[in-house]
Amino acid sequence: MLAFLIRRLFEAALVMIVVAIVAFTLFRFVGDPVSQMVSQDATIAQREALKAELGLNDPLIVQCAHFIWKSLHFDFGISYKFREPVVNLLGQRMPATLELAAIASLFAIGIGIPLGVYTGINRDSLLTRVIMAGSLIGVSLPTFLIGILLIYLFAVTLHWLPSYGRGETTSFFGLWQTGLLTSGGLRALVLPAVTLGLFQLTLVMRLVRSEMMEVLRTDYIRFGRARGLTNRAIYFAHALKNTLVPVITVIGVEIGTLIAFSIITETVFQWPGMGLLFIQSVQFADIPIMAAYLLLSAVIFVTLNLVVDILYMLIDPRIRVAVRA
Amino acid sequence: MSDPILSVKDLRVEFATRSGPLRAIDGVSFDLNKGEVLGFVGESGAGKSLTGTAVIGLIDPPGKITGGEIRLEGRRIDHLSIEELRRIRGREIGMIFQDPLTSLDPLMRIGDQLIETIITHVAVSRTEARARAVKLLEDVGIPAAAERVMSYPHEFSGGMRQRVVIALALAAEPKVIIADEPTTALDVSVQAQIIALLKKLTSERGMAVMLITHDMGVIAQIANRVAVMYSGRIVEIGPVADVVRQPAHPYSMGLMGSIPSLHAEHARLKQIPGSMPRLTALPAGCAFSPRCERADARCKVERPALAATGMTTSACFHPVTSTVAEVAG
Repeated sequence: MLAFLIRRLFEAALVMIVVAIVAFTLFRFVGDPVSQMVSQDATIAQREALKAELGLNDPLIVQCAHFIWKSLHFDFGISYKFREPVVNLLGQRMPATLELAAIASLFAIGIGIPLGVYTGINRDSLLTRVIMAGSLIGVSLPTFLIGILLIYLFAVTLHWLPSYGRGETTSFFGLWQTGLLTSGGLRALVLPAVTLGLFQLTLVMRLVRSEMMEVLRTDYIRFGRARGLTNRAIYFAHALKNTLVPVITVIGVEIGTLIAFSIITETVFQWPGMGLLFIQSVQFADIPIMAAYLLLSAVIFVTLNLVVDILYMLIDPRIRVAVRA
Repeated sequence: MSDPILSVKDLRVEFATRSGPLRAIDGVSFDLNKGEVLGFVGESGAGKSLTGTAVIGLIDPPGKITGGEIRLEGRRIDHLSIEELRRIRGREIGMIFQDPLTSLDPLMRIGDQLIETIITHVAVSRTEARARAVKLLEDVGIPAAAERVMSYPHEFSGGMRQRVVIALALAAEPKVIIADEPTTALDVSVQAQIIALLKKLTSERGMAVMLITHDMGVIAQIANRVAVMYSGRIVEIGPVADVVRQPAHPYSMGLMGSIPSLHAEHARLKQIPGSMPRLTALPAGCAFSPRCERADARCKVERPALAATGMTTSACFHPVTSTVAEVAG
């Protein structure tokens, strides 16, 4: 187990170095930050001074090593646009994105799994057909359209929920702005979380359904029935548990997607999270932010993958054996 | 003789298809007595497994029992609600499946699977159920049962897993066991052990067993009576010794003639020409008539009923009167 973890951590480090190199090359290829930052009538001397200040005159390798070294210390440089350390900017924005992603994941998993179980058991019932047809909408409608439709219905027409922003937030030790403790903050979370999680919900549901149908055909389920086990035991203790390995794999990746690529939802709802920061930095060719965002996304995915691997071992004793061997 | 523990009368199972119902079991009747092992033999698709599945009420749609009755100790069980039927399964009638490698939930310790089954049917505490689970594993011959109870299925060999499956089927002490090809997926040497175990358990516990197999050797070793099935019907039923030595139905004769023997001198095994008809194309009269050398015009139009013929009961207008040895010789 420990050896396995060490091996996985080593692999994770390799992945991170590769991503860091890619992030660094951003600096070389995405526009010229200097021309973005100075006014049009700046002198050449002023431009050169800024270039030197940003460290753009050093040799490539040095710049790259410098970048990786500083990244390890959470120093991602100064944002070209905001003139503020990138780590501060991301730190301010991260709680908004993480809370949004957490609620969206809960929504997707909390509804997706039960619906998947139901439709997997009652594969031909009327309700199943309705749910499956509805899930097609969730899969096929683009996120921004769902967001706009929800805003139109619940914010503009019914006035039930706010249409943009985080609402009221409270601060934890000045580090973490949370919207989870006030009713205004919670109300503001509903629409963006539904928008962000809907696709994942349908994905989880469809996966659980197909896995359930697969497992319910197996001999051990038949044998369970032949022993007179209750439906509850058969569906949940045996069938659902046996669907979890593939389901957790997908959920792990999808949570990463929710955190790292909530850009569209955050834009539609003007949600002050990292995605919105990212889109602004793209418009401005604010490379330090983009590079840091890329690294952060990689960290999220690598971490989630590690968590998924550990969960595998907790669920399936056969994988534990394979790891020990 | 006392009343049979399980009594099946004129059982009919049909599958609804687009081109109308397909009759997979057609008028099967038999009695199973206490402590008796009744073997069911026949080719694949003859309806042996389906008969067992029907008795325990586990036929999957589109299959359905469309006629006849099944009585357990005199009480009809083919019309029970899903919940009532569930209480009978495992408690009154247990079932053992063919493949021990896939019959156990891979993610659950075998002890937990046993405890779960016991608690479902018997009002005992978890600790008591656990003690029973260990006892059951000992009964089916698993060494170091007290430790093995914590093991997962993948930690057992095939033969050991089939023992676990048997322990699970016996967990709530059912009166009838349906063993569906219990040894088919096992090595020959392990087969003998499992058969010996089944034999021991049935005589110790006085259970009645429906033993479904296509292996006449297994039947000969353990069964008291045997039913030969063909195209969804029982074509012959009788004491094992008689059916093996002197079957009356030409199909049974063909089956017995195709068993390899150490003593026989002829080099080639007899085989029955042709194959069993599809359910969609059953002949009008006796289903075996197209393959039967004794068939005449009557066999093609009229379906023979089961009747006493010689030593056994068979469904044939022209029963064989000679023994297997004579026919082979």
